[in-house]
Amino acid sequence: MDSTAEKITELQGYKLHIIETEKYKTNTFVWRMKAPLTKEDVTKRALLPHVLQSSSAKYASTTALRSYLDELYGATLFVDLAKKGEYHVMSVTLEIANEKFLSDPAPLLQKGFELLSEILTNPNATGNSFDKDTVEKEKRVLKSRIQSVFDDKMRYSNVRLLEEMCKGEPYALQVNGEAGEVDTITPENLYEYYQKAFLEDEMDLYVIGDVNEEEVKQLANQLLHFEKRTPKKNQTEKTTDRTEVNEVKEVQDVKQGKLNIGYRTNIVYGDPDYFALQVFNGIFGGFSHSKLFINVREKASLAYYAASRLESHKGLMMVMSGIDLKNYDQAVGIIHEQMDAMKKGDFTDQELEQTKAVIQNQIMETVDTARGLTEILYHNVVAGTTISLDTWMNDMNNVTKEEITAVAEKIQLDTIYFLTGTEAGK
Amino acid sequence: MEKITFDQLQEELFHEKMSNGLNVYILPKKGFNKTYATFTTKYGSVDNTFVPLGKDEYVKVPDGIAHFLEHKLFEKEDGDVFQQFSRQGASANAFTSFTRTAYLFSSTSDVEKNLETLIDFVQSPYFSEKTVEKEKGIIGQEITMYDDNPDWRLYFGLIQNLYQNHPVKIDIAGTIESIADIDKDWLYECYNTFYHPSNMLLFIVGPVDPDKIMTQVRDNQAKKDYKDMPEIKRKFEEEPPQAAEKKQVLQMNVQTSKTLLGIKALHVDQAGEVLLKNELTMNVLLDLLFGKSSENYNKLYDEGLVDETFSYDYTQEQGFGFAMVGGDTGEPDKLAERLKQVLLDAKQGSVFNEEQLGRAKKKKIGAFLRAVNSPEYIANQFTRYAFNDMNLFDVVPTLEKITLQDVQKLASEVISEERFSVCQVIPKQK
Repeated sequence: MDSTAEKITELQGYKLHIIETEKYKTNTFVWRMKAPLTKEDVTKRALLPHVLQSSSAKYASTTALRSYLDELYGATLFVDLAKKGEYHVMSVTLEIANEKFLSDPAPLLQKGFELLSEILTNPNATGNSFDKDTVEKEKRVLKSRIQSVFDDKMRYSNVRLLEEMCKGEPYALQVNGEAGEVDTITPENLYEYYQKAFLEDEMDLYVIGDVNEEEVKQLANQLLHFEKRTPKKNQTEKTTDRTEVNEVKEVQDVKQGKLNIGYRTNIVYGDPDYFALQVFNGIFGGFSHSKLFINVREKASLAYYAASRLESHKGLMMVMSGIDLKNYDQAVGIIHEQMDAMKKGDFTDQELEQTKAVIQNQIMETVDTARGLTEILYHNVVAGTTISLDTWMNDMNNVTKEEITAVAEKIQLDTIYFLTGTEAGK
Repeated sequence: MEKITFDQLQEELFHEKMSNGLNVYILPKKGFNKTYATFTTKYGSVDNTFVPLGKDEYVKVPDGIAHFLEHKLFEKEDGDVFQQFSRQGASANAFTSFTRTAYLFSSTSDVEKNLETLIDFVQSPYFSEKTVEKEKGIIGQEITMYDDNPDWRLYFGLIQNLYQNHPVKIDIAGTIESIADIDKDWLYECYNTFYHPSNMLLFIVGPVDPDKIMTQVRDNQAKKDYKDMPEIKRKFEEEPPQAAEKKQVLQMNVQTSKTLLGIKALHVDQAGEVLLKNELTMNVLLDLLFGKSSENYNKLYDEGLVDETFSYDYTQEQGFGFAMVGGDTGEPDKLAERLKQVLLDAKQGSVFNEEQLGRAKKKKIGAFLRAVNSPEYIANQFTRYAFNDMNLFDVVPTLEKITLQDVQKLASEVISEERFSVCQVIPKQK
C-alpha cells in the first residue's frame, strides 16, 4: 500500500506539511486556519477570506490580481469555509502549474508561494482598516451566499436538520455565518479580527506536488512567519440527552419531500471505536450496496437517493432521502427497520467484507487528489491525533461484527426533519 | 496496438481497434492508486428518431429512454451489478448526456476483474417487464428532484428557448408521463441499435500494464459473437438558426433571482480539427469577455449585478450548440440587458488586445494541465473528443495557434441578437 509520506515541520506560528509526489502536473498549496466556532466570530470568519482573495496591497483590484493569476498559467486561487466538529476552518487554496510540463521555464512554485504570502499577509488595507469598497462588495456577496441556501432544497433541509437538532450548540451555526450579523461588520472591526485570527488561530500549510522539501521549507520560512501561539481548544460541552425523538415538519412549495434524519453517534475521530463506526455507516447507508439504498430505493422504489454520512468530529450521522410527499411514514418506517437490523447484528459476513473493501477503495481514491489528501490528513489536526493512513486501513479492516453492534447500541436517534409540500397527504 | 507519445505532457496513450470495431484506449498513470474505466456508447438523449437495427422505417422513441436504459442495464437476472462491483471493492456509476451514455467504475484493487465485469454487464442486457415498472418510481423521483432545482430548470429552460425542433430541448430523463410508455421491447430496440461495439469506446486510465489490459479486452471481445453492423441512421428535423423564443420567466420557490443569457451556435455541422478550433476560440472569447480578470465581470460585480455564482460555458456537438452566461442576480432584466450589450459591443470589434489574448491562452493551458491530473476528466473528455473526431491531446497546440483575428471573426459571426435568448428564475409571486 502506498502510504502518503507527510513530512511535518513546526515553523513560526504554523505547521508545514509537505507531501512530495510525482502524480500531478500542478503544485497545490492549502492554507488552513482553525478556531472554535462561536456566534460572535462566525460571520466575520465567513467574510474574511473572501476579502483577502479579492485584492491585496500589490494587486489592488480584483482585475489586477486575477490578471496576474492568468499570467501564472491560470493558477487557481479560491477560499472556503468548513465546520469540523465545533471548529470553524478557513482555507485558502492556490494551485499552480508545474513548469516542467510547460515550454516556458518560469519558476512557478516560488511565484505561487509569494502570491500566497501576499494574499495572507499584505492585504489591501490602510492603517487599521481594510479597503472599504472591497469589504462592502464582499458583504453583499456574503449575504447572497447565505440566502442562496434556501434555493437548494437538498442543502437547505440538511442545514435545517442541524439547526433543529443542535439548537443551543455551536454546531447549529451556519458555515457562512448569520445574515443579520453581516451589517455589523466594518472595514475596521474586520481588520481587527484579521489580526486576532493570525495571532490566535491554529494554522497549517499543506504543500503537495513534485516539490523539493528543502526548497519548500526555505521559502516557507522566508515568506510566512507569525507569532508562536497555543491554539484554543473547544470546551467540550455535554449535549443534552433527548428523552423523545424531535420530529419537525416544514411546509414549502416543493414537489419532492426532503427527509433528513439526525443521529448522535457518541463517537468521534480518534476514539477506539471510530473505525467500527465507519464500517457501520458503510453497511447502513454509505454506499450503493448499503441497506438504505437497497431497501428504500431498490426494493420499495421510494427514492432516487437514500444515504447516510458521518460528521467525524461532532459525532453525528445524517440520513438523507428525497421522497414523494405521501410516502413519509413508509420511508421513515423502512429507515427505522434498517437501524434495528444493524442493532441486532442482522447483516452478513459478505456485507461486512464488501463494505470494508469499498471503504478501503474510497480512501485510496480520495488520496489520489491533492484536495482529498488534505482533507484526510487534516483530521489529525482537528482531533489532535497522529493516525497514519496505514493505521486507518489496518484498524478499519480488523473491525468485527461485535464491534459494529456495540457501535449501533451507542447511536441515538435525535431528530427527524421533513421538508414537505403544500400538496402533502393528497 | 499503437503507442502515441506526448512529450511535453510526459504521457503515453495506447490504442487498438478490435475486430468487431470497438476502440480501446489505455493511458497508464504511474503513482496513482486508482484505475478508472469508462465504457461509452455514442448514444444519448438526442438520438430519439432512428431506424432500428434490422428494420427499414424511422421510429420515434419515448423521451428519456436512453437514460432509462442506462438505469436498467445494471439489473441482471441474478441481481444488481452494483453489488458485484462493491464485492470487488470498486465503485460503479453511469451517466447519460445529450450524445453519450457512459458506464464506469473506479477501483484500487482487482482491476482486471472489475474491467471484465464492466465490459460484460454492458454487453449482456436483461430487461423484464417487472423491473422496468419498478424503475419508473425511482426515475420519477429523480425527475421530481430536478423539478425543484432552480439551476437545472434555468439551464433547460434556456435550451428550450433556443431550440425549436432539435431533441436537445427534451429533458434527458424525460417526464413522468413520457417514461410511462417505456417497456422492455423499446429498451431492447434501442440497445440493439446503439450498443454495438463499433459504436462504442472503452477508455482505461490508471496504474495499469497496457499490454496485459489490451490482451484481456481482446480475449474478452473474441468470445462474443458480433455481426458487422450497418451505419446507424439517425434523423433530425430542420432547425432554424434563430432562437425559438426570446425570453422565458420561471416562477419558483426561491429567494434569489437568476438570469441566463444564451447564444445559439452557428456551424453545428463541424467535426474534427475545425470543431476543436471553433470551440476553443469560443471559450477564449468568453474568457476575454466574462472571465474573472475581465473588466466586464468586475464592473458587473462592483455594481452588485452578479456574485460568485456568475459563470459561462460553451457546448457544441453534432447538430446543436450554445453559449450560456449568467448567474444569481438581484436585477434579472438589467443583467440580461448588460450581458447583451457586452456581446454586441464585442461583435463590433477591437475590444481586445494581444496581451489579453496571450494571458487568456496561458490560463487555458494551465487549466488543461490541472485537468489532466484527473483520470475522470481524461477518460470522459477523451471519449467526447473522439466521438467528434477530435483528439483531447491537441488542445494545447490548437490553443497556441489561435489569433486575435480568429477571435474577432468568430465574435462578429456568432454574436447576433436573433440568436440570443434569456431565461430567468424569479421568486414566485404570492
